[in-house]
Amino acid sequence: MNAAIIRNGRVIDPANNRDEVIDLAIVDGRIAERSEVRGQTSEVEEIDASGLIVAPGLIDVHVHLREPGFGHKETIESGARAAAAGGFTTIVCMPNTSPVADSPATIAWIKDRAAETACVNVLPTGAISKNIAGEELAPIGSLAQAGVVAITDDGRCIQNHELMRRAVEYARMVGLPVLDHCQDYNLVGNGVMHEGYWSTLLGLPGWPAAGEEAIVMRNILLAELCTHHIHCQHVTSAGSVRLIREARARGIKISGEVCPHHIALTDEALQNFDTNYKMNPPLRAQADVDALLEGVADGTLSILASDHAPHADFEKEVEFDAAPFGIIGLETELGLFLDLLVHKHRKIDILRLIEMYTLEPAKLLGLEAGTLSVGAAADITLIDPDLEWTVKIDKFESASRNSPFDGWTLKGRAVRTIVRGKTVWKL
Amino acid sequence: MNKSKQSSPSAAVPIMDAEAIRRALRRIAHEIVERNPDLRSVVLAGIPSRGDEIGRRIAGFIAEIEKIEVDVGVIDVAMHRDDVGTRAQLPIVKASQLPTPLEGRTVIIVDDVLFTGRTVRAAIDAIGSFGRPARIQLATLIDRGHRELPIRADYVGKNLPTAANEKIRVRLDQTDGEPDAVWLEKQ
Amino acid sequence: MDFSKRAAKCEGRRDRKPVSASRRNQHARRVRYPAMNWNRKDLLGLRELSADEINFILETADAFKQVGTREIKKVPALRGKTLVNFFVEPSTRTRISFELAAFRLSADVINLSASTSSLTKGETLKDTARNLEALHADILVLRHSSAGAPQFLAQRLKASVINAGDGAHEHPTQALLDLYTIREKRGKIAGLHVVIVGDILFSRVARSNIFGLVKLGARVTLVGPTTLVPREFEKLGVAVSHEIDNVLPEADVVNLLRIQHERQRKEYFPGLSEYTALFGLTKGRARLLKPDCLIMHPGPINRGVEIDSDVADGAQSVILDQVTNGLAVRMAVLYLCGGIST
Repeated sequence: MNAAIIRNGRVIDPANNRDEVIDLAIVDGRIAERSEVRGQTSEVEEIDASGLIVAPGLIDVHVHLREPGFGHKETIESGARAAAAGGFTTIVCMPNTSPVADSPATIAWIKDRAAETACVNVLPTGAISKNIAGEELAPIGSLAQAGVVAITDDGRCIQNHELMRRAVEYARMVGLPVLDHCQDYNLVGNGVMHEGYWSTLLGLPGWPAAGEEAIVMRNILLAELCTHHIHCQHVTSAGSVRLIREARARGIKISGEVCPHHIALTDEALQNFDTNYKMNPPLRAQADVDALLEGVADGTLSILASDHAPHADFEKEVEFDAAPFGIIGLETELGLFLDLLVHKHRKIDILRLIEMYTLEPAKLLGLEAGTLSVGAAADITLIDPDLEWTVKIDKFESASRNSPFDGWTLKGRAVRTIVRGKTVWKL
Repeated sequence: MNKSKQSSPSAAVPIMDAEAIRRALRRIAHEIVERNPDLRSVVLAGIPSRGDEIGRRIAGFIAEIEKIEVDVGVIDVAMHRDDVGTRAQLPIVKASQLPTPLEGRTVIIVDDVLFTGRTVRAAIDAIGSFGRPARIQLATLIDRGHRELPIRADYVGKNLPTAANEKIRVRLDQTDGEPDAVWLEKQ
Repeated sequence: MDFSKRAAKCEGRRDRKPVSASRRNQHARRVRYPAMNWNRKDLLGLRELSADEINFILETADAFKQVGTREIKKVPALRGKTLVNFFVEPSTRTRISFELAAFRLSADVINLSASTSSLTKGETLKDTARNLEALHADILVLRHSSAGAPQFLAQRLKASVINAGDGAHEHPTQALLDLYTIREKRGKIAGLHVVIVGDILFSRVARSNIFGLVKLGARVTLVGPTTLVPREFEKLGVAVSHEIDNVLPEADVVNLLRIQHERQRKEYFPGLSEYTALFGLTKGRARLLKPDCLIMHPGPINRGVEIDSDVADGAQSVILDQVTNGLAVRMAVLYLCGGIST
């Protein structure tokens, strides 16, 4: 029997309303009663968690693992290692691979690959439309059977509202939540940064907030029409937060997610054309940052995620227009959110933060995860909430280095990641 | 540039005062008149920032002596230096102006201190882009030796042998806001 | 005759009366010898320059303007230096201006366009530039459709990078020659009312001009359709108007931008004839101008669109002076950036 005891940690388990300093027992990869380990004296791994938080393994619902097809940016194996180093035991990967994850065969490939090489749990999503081209429905039912946890065209966004409506209705039939990257291509045009003072100054085409809000509005209407849940990924604008808040107040099944860079930075960061600040959706103005913080504080935005988007150096180190959008995030997101949401701006307490990384994503995707209930898989993250550390990108596990946070000092970090009872990473 | 009214740089020895400078330039004016019977073909081309002031003063003396207004111009040598890209400080360029055509004329380069000769070489180069004068002469207030090129002055206010690491400081009322003087700074 | 007076005129002063000996001395004292030192190897834009630095470039340009009047229009200031005109976005006029400026400074010039470079074979901009540097190119003049491209290269190369236009971001030498022309004709910049008309949103000429004019104390009004001149520009310290007839009588300078109706602009305004009717500098509108108001245009002119053909050739137009001054300004910029030791 494989056993371990995590001693003296502050166990925070939102699903079970637990917040207490207590030992946690693990037997054969599952959370066990303390009593089950009492008999064993030898062969019990002792893990000292004094001063640490013992949380259910964190879940990141928005990660780009790039395989199949773009292995030079990241692989499932390296992405999983990055997740573990960030404190995540479960990651949900996006379908904009090559080929696109729009067929059961590709899903099977991803699952096999993950089973072979990934040290954390990898849950695939399937595409809404074939080839994420936004024209025809992908075989959503077969994708559900193949084991996707949600459907999304992330990377792209379905523009034809009629098609989206039918997709949402179909997804309801098979019980799959719909995740949407909210971007109206006509309003956005070839925008590369937030449309505002800085885009005017720099002469770069703007990506107006209305381009996101128009699709958030579309999704609210369809969530109501189809009585099915639509989740808005990486919300960035004050207008989007307001729309989601009002819709939720009316009981609409809509939710929103926020990424750390949209809180940590504003569009001012782009004034030197550094492509490490080029993301989609873009960094916005301070007023939008403030609205996102409020949205997290009052529960309008219920999910935290990274939108981990690795790109090779030679791809990012080009002139601004030519650079691909996105930054890596798995290894910095927890530190950034702890530092900004809990410590600096005090918008939520650590319990809520852990809830947003465990219970909320589990609810969204209908996962049996995110709890420390007895019998649950022993996916556990140990966090030191006050540890000050400096981000050193060249020491990261990810295969890519495209991050603007190198050298940042953050307060709070995962120190140990346990998947099915086995430590897959420790500081 | 020393804009204060403080008269002497540190550890400096006065070599010429205002009166000495005046007499030297007056004598140079006489020498120019003597050697150049056709004064109307003469152009006094001063090198900024003090050479052109000196050139103006010499022209003034010639006007007193001979009642003839000699042409006065400016040659900026900064663009013609042979050491662009190797100096820590970029030489500031100013506009040049010389009467053209220069054929048949005598251009007298006027500078305050003749040292290595490189400034004068650059001035000769600059003149060349304006045209081809009949002859070029050189007038300098101070000749301090240490030539690095085969250049010599035709008219010298004062010969002053110096050590290479010593500094000559010329101060003129119009360009420096200080009383006219020549200082030698010993190291 | 005192030719030093003519030299002083080149330096922007309007001293026309004959000068007596005593006044000659006073005049010499007024001549400015700027003490500042130039220490930038690149010219990427006017946004990061101080007012002093901009004035220093303009004063340096005074000196180089004179070279164009010599018999031999050449000085050895950049002798032995190699300048590469890398025009990824094509241009004839600006490229020729830089090429001529380089020749007059005795530099060696290579011209590279997107089609003659290896960019068409997929080589990245960075690799292309590094290859040029390996051939000891000293100065890279870059025009690119991507904003920030000159900055990108400047950070990675030891060579000097001069921005000849990057996307809609900046075109510093154009704004500098515009400033130079205004200063030459009106004696100053501060306090003048400069009106810029046209497609401001997509114009790098507009942006650089805005930065330079505001820094030097001019009052700037932008005029054009709301779609091309959004109110957001007011945050840059300028006024915005969509009614040209109200603004023209108060202008000291009118700078007309070229208006194009290509595919990307079709959503922004309906067509050239409507633009001309609403914003073109027609003969009638030109009559609204003050008699000493300058008419400027970066070129090439669309006769009959943003400006009436006769007005473009009229007495108030300084369009050709801009071209001449462009050469002097570019010589100054190449001298300053290319001349410092790195």
